[in-house]
Amino acid sequence: MRASQDRSNNDLCRHWGLNHMEKRAHFSSKTVPYLLLLPQLAITLIFFYWPASQAIWQSFLMEDAFGLSSEFVGFDNYRHLFAQPEYYKAMSTTVVFSLAVGTLSLACALLLATQADKKLRGGEAFKTLLIWPYAVAPAIAGVLWIFMFHPSLGTLSQPIRALGLDWNPLLNGNHAMTLLVLSATWKQISYNFLFFLAGLQSIPRSVIEAAAIDGAKPIRRFWTIVFPLLSPTTFFLIVVNVVYVFFETFGIIDAVTGGGPAGQTTTLVYKVYADGRVGGDLGGSAAQSVILMVIVIALTAFQFKFVERKVQY
Amino acid sequence: MAGVSLDTVRKIYAGNVEAVKGVSLGIEDGSFCVLVGPSGCGKSTLLRMIAGLETISGGEVKIGDRVVNEIEPADRDIAMVFQNYALYPHMSVYDNMAYGLKNRKTPKDEIEKRVKEAARILAIESFLERKPRALSGGQRQRVAMGRAIVRKPQVFLFDEPLSNLDAKLRVQMRVEIKRLQRALGVTSIYVTHDQVEAMTLSDKLVVMSGGQIEQVGSPSEVYRRPETRFVATFIGSPPMNILPGKVEGNGRVSIGGQSLSVSDMRDGLAVGSDIEVGLRPEDVRAGATGQLSMNVDFVEELGATQLFHGKLGGADFIVQAPTGQIAADAKQLSLSIDPANVHLFDPQTTKRLGKA
Repeated sequence: MRASQDRSNNDLCRHWGLNHMEKRAHFSSKTVPYLLLLPQLAITLIFFYWPASQAIWQSFLMEDAFGLSSEFVGFDNYRHLFAQPEYYKAMSTTVVFSLAVGTLSLACALLLATQADKKLRGGEAFKTLLIWPYAVAPAIAGVLWIFMFHPSLGTLSQPIRALGLDWNPLLNGNHAMTLLVLSATWKQISYNFLFFLAGLQSIPRSVIEAAAIDGAKPIRRFWTIVFPLLSPTTFFLIVVNVVYVFFETFGIIDAVTGGGPAGQTTTLVYKVYADGRVGGDLGGSAAQSVILMVIVIALTAFQFKFVERKVQY
Repeated sequence: MAGVSLDTVRKIYAGNVEAVKGVSLGIEDGSFCVLVGPSGCGKSTLLRMIAGLETISGGEVKIGDRVVNEIEPADRDIAMVFQNYALYPHMSVYDNMAYGLKNRKTPKDEIEKRVKEAARILAIESFLERKPRALSGGQRQRVAMGRAIVRKPQVFLFDEPLSNLDAKLRVQMRVEIKRLQRALGVTSIYVTHDQVEAMTLSDKLVVMSGGQIEQVGSPSEVYRRPETRFVATFIGSPPMNILPGKVEGNGRVSIGGQSLSVSDMRDGLAVGSDIEVGLRPEDVRAGATGQLSMNVDFVEELGATQLFHGKLGGADFIVQAPTGQIAADAKQLSLSIDPANVHLFDPQTTKRLGKA
């Protein structure tokens, strides 16, 4: 039985041109490796390079009001964009929003993860509960937060008013931004928590114990031992969270504030949608998405070049 | 400097698992105590309780005159060397050793003096600036010891520190640990499952099994006069042969009908009752006229000595002899033994049946 299995495995390997006696795969024909790479390459080409190049091309075009024809206008879309005060406003909104959500969600997740990493009664249940928000769709998360904080319907709006704050995220831009930051943070904490927890669990317990014997109290232990050893996880999460706040918060913005009041919570990605899809300015929207793409690529490259140096692998 | 004393120390884990069952032990100031036993015998748990890394479920642990049950590990004035070294991977060797001193707000020049001194003793001066990952296993172990000695603690705790090293390095480091402990004179408690390490390092040898102490004594006492069958078979390599026998009278037992005289035998044992007879492979002599005869199955060559495996009175038996003393193709051996080297154990309680 065993021998015949081995033989059929060998046949299979030979069939695929693989020599399984060596660790490195050797292919007898040139087409097989390309065939094996094809699914991944196809996904990258169809879902990234093709739309990205479409956007670049589109950003040089201007469409007529009915979308029936388009003409090549060179950098006009970009020139027009940088002449709009709304665009600079969206940029500063994005910076405030990203910094707030990124910092808050990373800090909260790290705090929760360090607590969940302790030996607790019912610890597993807490961990599961903390991961749940990640399974909630952004739009539904947004609606949940509206139910809590809507000025007239919200269950928590009345208590807030009772505290003497004239709470109204529908009219007050700062209130709207606060609500948005809270909901986007809440949504992202689960993800960050999961990675921080995994990172914490991979730190050998004996290293922590050695530090305890070496006279480091818990807080000092955290900053001198745990935090530096978590830096690969933290770095990874910073990169992922930047992408999250720039792109993936669209759903939650749309559900909670719709970019309002008066464009006060319109971030760059929301403006791409509002101008292109709602405003019908496909060329201008394409130009914005090209700029957004460049910003995120630049940010990620910057992180890899400069922040990664501080990472202890 | 301080001694360590344990008074009926217990560890009970969740689910009522008793890992340490009331251990009492006194370790004199400046002595080297080794806890040895098979895995799961509670030796590491006991050490971790002394370190303060495990809570103490019952009893009392004292370091010097101070009860430390409720005292944090940092304040117990101990240092510990871990099996996997537990070096801080993101710090240089220097910072690894300086960390404990920095935490205690030691002045900078004093830290430098002590780290340099420790590095000199351990011969690791040339890689103080390196990170632990750039070091070999033996070098990492030295750094771990350096981290322990710079603090000048009252007690050193070693948790199987050599088991991640290769055989040659292990022997070398064993000697160095012993020399270092002698030079510094710090009370040391060392946990191992390796009986050679246990024998060679200890002033006081503690053999543990099933969460309890089987025997405490100097290595030679434990080797010469094992108190239980467990100790007899655990200490010594190859292990002591245990044969079923019968009491023949005062100072005489028989094994499979072959009679043997014994010097250390309890008085008043009932004639004809069952008894277990322990003979160390290295104590047995093969000659022309012996009391016992053994059939040889095969021979293992160890270089300086040879091990003859076979059967004696139906039980497995090993004889160790210097190479060349017995013909390697011998099929049958006639064995004799000094009555002083015969150990007797109660088959029920497994306790030694020696003179009271």
